[in-house]
Amino acid sequence: MNWKTWLAAATLGLALGQTALADREILNVSYDPTRELYEAFNKKFTEHWKQETGETITVRQSHGGAGKQTRAIIDGLEADVATLALAYDIDAISEKTGIIPGDWQTRLPHNSAPYTSTIVFLVREGNPKNLKDWDDLLKPGVEVITPNPKTSGGARWNYLAAWAYAEKKYGSEEKARQFVGKLYKQVPVLDSGARGATTTFVKRGIGDVLLAWENEALLSINKLGRGDFEIVVPSISILAEPPVTVLDKNAEKHGTTDIAKAYLDYLYSPVGQELAGKNYYRPVDPEYASKYAGTFPEVNLVTVNEAFGGWQNAQRTHFNDGGVFDQIYKPE
Amino acid sequence: MAKRVIPGFGLSLGFATFYTSLIVFIPLAALFAKGLSLGGADLWRVVSDPQALASYKLSFGAALAGALINLLFGGLVAWVLVRYAFPGKRIVDALVDLPFALPTAVAGIALTELYGRNGWFGAPLGELGLKVAYTPIGVTVALTFIGLPFVVRTVQPVLAGLDRELEEAAASLGADRWQTFRRVLFPALLPAALTGFALAFARAVGEYGSVVFISGNMPFRTEITPLLIYSKLEQYDYAAASALGMVMLLFSFVLLLLINGLQFWTVKRAGG
Amino acid sequence: MATLEINVSRVTERAVSEAPWLRRLLVGIALVFLLAFLLVPLFLVFREAFSQGARVYLAALSNPDARHAIKLTLTAAAVAVPLNVIFGLAAAWAISKFRFRGKQVMITLIDLPFAVSPVIAGLIYVLLFGSRGWLGPWLENNGLHIIYAVPGIVLATVFVTFPFVARELIPVMQEQGVTHEEAALTLGAGGWQTFWRVTLPSVKWGLLYGVILCNARAMGEFGAVSVVSGHIRGKTNTLPLHVEILYNEYEFAAAFACASLLALLAVATLIAKSALEYKHQRDRERSLRAAARQEEP
Repeated sequence: MNWKTWLAAATLGLALGQTALADREILNVSYDPTRELYEAFNKKFTEHWKQETGETITVRQSHGGAGKQTRAIIDGLEADVATLALAYDIDAISEKTGIIPGDWQTRLPHNSAPYTSTIVFLVREGNPKNLKDWDDLLKPGVEVITPNPKTSGGARWNYLAAWAYAEKKYGSEEKARQFVGKLYKQVPVLDSGARGATTTFVKRGIGDVLLAWENEALLSINKLGRGDFEIVVPSISILAEPPVTVLDKNAEKHGTTDIAKAYLDYLYSPVGQELAGKNYYRPVDPEYASKYAGTFPEVNLVTVNEAFGGWQNAQRTHFNDGGVFDQIYKPE
Repeated sequence: MAKRVIPGFGLSLGFATFYTSLIVFIPLAALFAKGLSLGGADLWRVVSDPQALASYKLSFGAALAGALINLLFGGLVAWVLVRYAFPGKRIVDALVDLPFALPTAVAGIALTELYGRNGWFGAPLGELGLKVAYTPIGVTVALTFIGLPFVVRTVQPVLAGLDRELEEAAASLGADRWQTFRRVLFPALLPAALTGFALAFARAVGEYGSVVFISGNMPFRTEITPLLIYSKLEQYDYAAASALGMVMLLFSFVLLLLINGLQFWTVKRAGG
Repeated sequence: MATLEINVSRVTERAVSEAPWLRRLLVGIALVFLLAFLLVPLFLVFREAFSQGARVYLAALSNPDARHAIKLTLTAAAVAVPLNVIFGLAAAWAISKFRFRGKQVMITLIDLPFAVSPVIAGLIYVLLFGSRGWLGPWLENNGLHIIYAVPGIVLATVFVTFPFVARELIPVMQEQGVTHEEAALTLGAGGWQTFWRVTLPSVKWGLLYGVILCNARAMGEFGAVSVVSGHIRGKTNTLPLHVEILYNEYEFAAAFACASLLALLAVATLIAKSALEYKHQRDRERSLRAAARQEEP
């Protein structure tokens, strides 16, 4: 080939590259445990969009620790939709960037959470230490695995679930503080993220019980060792509502607002709800909730709003520097 | 005197300074600006917090221990690789750089698996009453691993380039092997070894990826400073994170300056 | 005559080397250390990688996301290494051949990127180029993306590998001093000529080590890149980040397969180095022999 052929080939390649780029794409920035869900959902949605409009689109996906993903959006990662773990994180986006309005959470049904989850115990087969409820975790010699709430969003739910239980049962904040303090004395390793903690428990065989998202616990049973683990549902746990939102200004800039909106609506559709249930999230649609009722045991759930006065409050009191969690570890 | 004969001073120093400013100096200036934006009192509160102090002790202590281990064993490995013939030498030589190529997280996972309670090393050591994973010893192991290539790779080329005639001359003048080593080889290798030590230390101080797996991240006990920085970021507290980063950097800068000064001094003494 | 020569060489051999038992002991200690710290972890990585058979291993590497990650990793290294080589040569030249004030500070500044925690190394670029950073608004107005795009990944890679070549060259050049260059210059060679013909050949091993280390680290860097990448699949994920993703998806075999590929890439560069070294040695022996033949009559 002479240089002209090369040039022609290069131009053609560039042109092809251009057409490939001309496909519209949206970016969904999410947290760790939703990988399997969105992998399946993105496929369904692109098919659905193609059927409805004839347009071929690409949905790009980014996963990571919830806090880190939120920071990336704040610092300029131009996601079109955010599907994160806590309303607190999306509040931070609204507050610090103005990409979305402050009332974002009212824009979609169910507090903008198309699926929910809760915190359960994952124990080893046969439940050898006979752990039934939060109280049992304080028994001497029981090792509890949970990640570090300062670096992991999931760990904050674990912590708050334990607190909510103790406050209800023992009736005072002081007692709850003591309870949670004792609980963390039983923790031999504080992994930096939720999936790290699961690996420590499941793969490395450390600890008697793992505090985990329900969807994570079900996933690890089904993916990592059917028959090696069991789920124990405590008497009280917390209702986790992972919220979703369109990031208005980014989507406007990319000219993808229509796709982004349709994408989130589709999460609430039968297809989305079905996939949520299949991936161990509790569907919010009553029809699909009852369909998957067998997968999800009934739990007495409290919400962050009623028990802690919202995430802003919970974060400030418990997890910020000098908060209750820090005090637990202060050496006497 | 050298200045007059050898050309290229302006060009080489100019380019080096320009590039260093662009890649290192300006970005780090941004860090300092952010950290200092806290103002005196808050800055002091953040960096002198007891939890931060405990983490400095671990980060710097374990990094120092790791660098010392690497100085000793890395020097030995370099010596063996350059001077002796043994089967599989080329393979061993090729493996030395592994800690760089392996993503730190993978290294951390592999080491945790090995030194964990049920690991190949962890189990027998546990029976001897030595817990490695989730203790400061585990942190030291990880930091030794990631700094391992430095000493080997700085000493190796100098040793390879060393004129053996010097040793022969010393021997013919009646020096025994130990004297030759101490008087001839050691001074020639010391600057390179110190460089390697300084680099291994510096690299270890800031390490994050491999340590978070094996350390257990317990506040006050096995929490390294970079993890503390990370938890500041989780609270969107970029200024406090920058402040801690700044302290680490200043510490390291002073330590490196001392080590580099020491090295310079040994070169000068050897030259004079 | 011949016997005398042999005797002399034997005597010097004894004087400049160690007793066999000591040699064996030293080799033994070195090997045990490397075995425990390098070989066993590496073995573990490969064992995990092949734990579900070669098919899973190959499938993990041929996955389109993995292939894209490999490409991005190689691209970042291909930019970072040459830049740092040019810088390393310039800095080492200035530092080892001249005396100037602030030299210590300069050397220490060069070391500094090592001491910067990967978490911070990423953060500084966010502070500079992030949408709330110093240059962020300007970049945004001009439609330029640095962080959460390929340029940011390359920058972070350049930063973490910044010191390697320079630090490898400085001690070697200092060791050699300036006599050779001075001789060449006195004999009428020009500056660049001296650099290419005298300095560069004499430091080539140090340079090569520097390049190899720089390259290995460039491909393996995780922490700093992770902060500025944005983790967009098939777009801004490097191979180490892809490893993390797979590990977090509980695809352990695939994760370790990709990790083992990184280890292999490093070993491959080392094998290339060994081959070069071998060739170099042979050439030298040949020319020595030729020289000896010439002197014979």
